[in-house]
Amino acid sequence: MLFFSFFKTLIGKTVAVELKNDVILTGTLHSCDQYLNLKLSSVTVVNGDKYPQLGCLKNAFVRGSVVRYVQIPSGEVNTELLEDATRKENAPKKREVAK
Amino acid sequence: MSSIESPLDLIRLSISERVYVKLRSNRELRGVLHAYDQHLNMVLGQVEETVTSKEVDEETDEEIVKKSKREVDMLFVRGDVVILVSPPLKST
Repeated sequence: MLFFSFFKTLIGKTVAVELKNDVILTGTLHSCDQYLNLKLSSVTVVNGDKYPQLGCLKNAFVRGSVVRYVQIPSGEVNTELLEDATRKENAPKKREVAK
Repeated sequence: MSSIESPLDLIRLSISERVYVKLRSNRELRGVLHAYDQHLNMVLGQVEETVTSKEVDEETDEEIVKKSKREVDMLFVRGDVVILVSPPLKST
């Protein structure tokens, strides 16, 4: 849920999505869902000369499972907030008191 | 009492430290760990990615190991490509 919320804060920002087949798409993050599927608008293919068939791509839905990396504009991220949210989300579960 | 009870607690103690991450397809990352979850999805900052590839020299049949590096300011890494995460090393 942490990263779902995180990606929601990035909606409207420009990101570069690197897929597991080495295609890199840059575009504006339009929306995302709980599976981290992403919708991109005004897409350009970074290494486009290798993939001429993708040249006409303008809007894309990317299945979350084929993503390797998402490059994020670092100025848009509050890292302290992110670290605190991570600590909270992954906090050790309190043991139930026996007896 | 120690706060390490599960393997993921080791990673929890590495938040905001530099970590080494080994990925599938001969990729390695070194960067500052900002966030992670139970799938090992991660956000890393000031990342250096190393991609190692092998090529065979056609004349001598020798294997040449090529390493290409690049740097990225901030990177989300999907957990299913992660092989291992190592806490910060003094040498890195």
